[in-house]
Amino acid sequence: MQSSEHFPELQTVTSDSLGALVDSIISVKNLTKTYASGFQALKNVNLEIRRGEIFALLGPNGAGKTTLIGVVCGTVNPSSGAVLADGHDIIADYRAARSKIGLVPQELSTDMFETVWDTVCFSRGLFGKPKNSAHIEKVLRELSLWDKRASKIMTLSGGMKRRVLIAKALSHEPQILFLDEPTAGVDVDLRRDMWHMVRALRETGVTIILTTHYIEEAEQMADRIGVINKGEIVLVEEKSVLMEKLGKKELILQLESPLKVIPPSLAQYELALSKEGAQLTFTFHAARERAKMATLLHDLAELGIGFTDLQTRESSLEEIFVSLVRPQS
Amino acid sequence: MNGHAIRAIYSFEMARTWRTLSQSIAGPVISTSLYFVVFGSAIGSRMTAIGGVSYAAFIIPGLTMLSLLNESISNASFGIYMPKFSGTIYEVLSAPISYLEIVLGYVGAAASKSIVLGTVILLTARVFVDYHIAHPFWMFAFLVLTAITFSLFGFIIGLWADGFQKLQLVPMLIVTPLTFLGGSFYSIKMLPPFWQHVTLFNPVVYLISGFRWSFYGASDVSVGVSMTMTLVFLALCLGVARWLLKSGYHLKA
Repeated sequence: MQSSEHFPELQTVTSDSLGALVDSIISVKNLTKTYASGFQALKNVNLEIRRGEIFALLGPNGAGKTTLIGVVCGTVNPSSGAVLADGHDIIADYRAARSKIGLVPQELSTDMFETVWDTVCFSRGLFGKPKNSAHIEKVLRELSLWDKRASKIMTLSGGMKRRVLIAKALSHEPQILFLDEPTAGVDVDLRRDMWHMVRALRETGVTIILTTHYIEEAEQMADRIGVINKGEIVLVEEKSVLMEKLGKKELILQLESPLKVIPPSLAQYELALSKEGAQLTFTFHAARERAKMATLLHDLAELGIGFTDLQTRESSLEEIFVSLVRPQS
Repeated sequence: MNGHAIRAIYSFEMARTWRTLSQSIAGPVISTSLYFVVFGSAIGSRMTAIGGVSYAAFIIPGLTMLSLLNESISNASFGIYMPKFSGTIYEVLSAPISYLEIVLGYVGAAASKSIVLGTVILLTARVFVDYHIAHPFWMFAFLVLTAITFSLFGFIIGLWADGFQKLQLVPMLIVTPLTFLGGSFYSIKMLPPFWQHVTLFNPVVYLISGFRWSFYGASDVSVGVSMTMTLVFLALCLGVARWLLKSGYHLKA
């Protein structure tokens, strides 16, 4: 597994190790999906989603994110394995399982000729709930769709259509919400609105699973992050732990006078000179080698190497992500 | 049973019907009226009565069936094909709803529309032709059963079709010829003996024959056989629809 090669300290969390410890709302066990074409989209996936968390599923195109969501929600038939949603098997007990789940698909698939109000009410009925105008009004107001309730969907912008899809998914008061690329093609303001909405939903106890290409999104929102690549879960980790475990930190010093070479007594540090010797960069592991920063500064002082400016930089989730899914060379 | 879901699909589909009233009701009524005018009044006046029934009155059950069949098929096939085409089918697939409930919603709506249409056509025909209905109950029974059966058949076509062309293919190449050759405009007893036998393989013959019996008390094949064949075709369509939905054919990957 790539994660253990790049980052030996990481272990993939499996359902067995986690399932017994936490309250799982979704439990995926040994799930595989092979399409009729022979393409294996999911390879023995094990995953536990905790009740009430925001879980971000990251992965490159074709990694299996949408297939995994499709199986849980009932739009894709699994080849083997089992999925439980709030304790209900998604196949044997599909009514109970599906009534807990709301799905916002990636594609903007809407009934063009319907009004916003009708289409959201339709969704609620479809999920077996009696009419509840007050709830639909609340959902529409929260998504800033109330003024558009009588508009036909075809007249709405892409961002508004995305909101309609979210309103449909929330119409039946689900406990689990799947957002497949919720902010794809959405402008910055609307994206921030959605983040706000997702956080507010979580406050009400809804578990949210989102897939995204925007690392910033996962970094901003998620409690835990799962990375999927080529149909396999590469890792599942708390976002903060992931950042800490995998995050490289850089200390960048602007030197008073340029150095030609790095003094041999500093060989124990991972150092690099740039800007014709005027800039010294020390790369270290944010979690394990934090103390080394102080010792380096001390050693530099002893050698009489002064600096005019100091800067630190942490690696982003994006860099971590790229390093995880990058093909091995 | 998820009654709310059935009602949601049914209402959604019926709303589509009312929204496109001119296309879904007015269109078929006008085209059928043209048949009544041309074949009934104009040409029919020069034709001899069949089994004591004027030609204009004779073709009414067959023409009503012709519209009923075509409209049931096109309405039901379109109803399930459109969500597949637009992608909105994801919601139905992810909803806590059984295959039977999906069928009840979509086929129920398509059949309701056909029944309304059939009734409107019969009322319109009364303007042009003086006819009577000998067995109103059985007339209605055949109307309802045919509407349900062929809506179910259309639903299957909608599931099967992966393009608009296929959606048109079956109604155009199979159903329309079968209806025309199924005795809409003639009694099969007017055919040479060999073709009388061949024509018995056409399921539409039984529908039209039974329906015409309910009007005039005379039929090409016995009414019991007509009813049985209609029910057999209904059961067959139910089985196929169930199998298609269960396997996720053209719906789920």
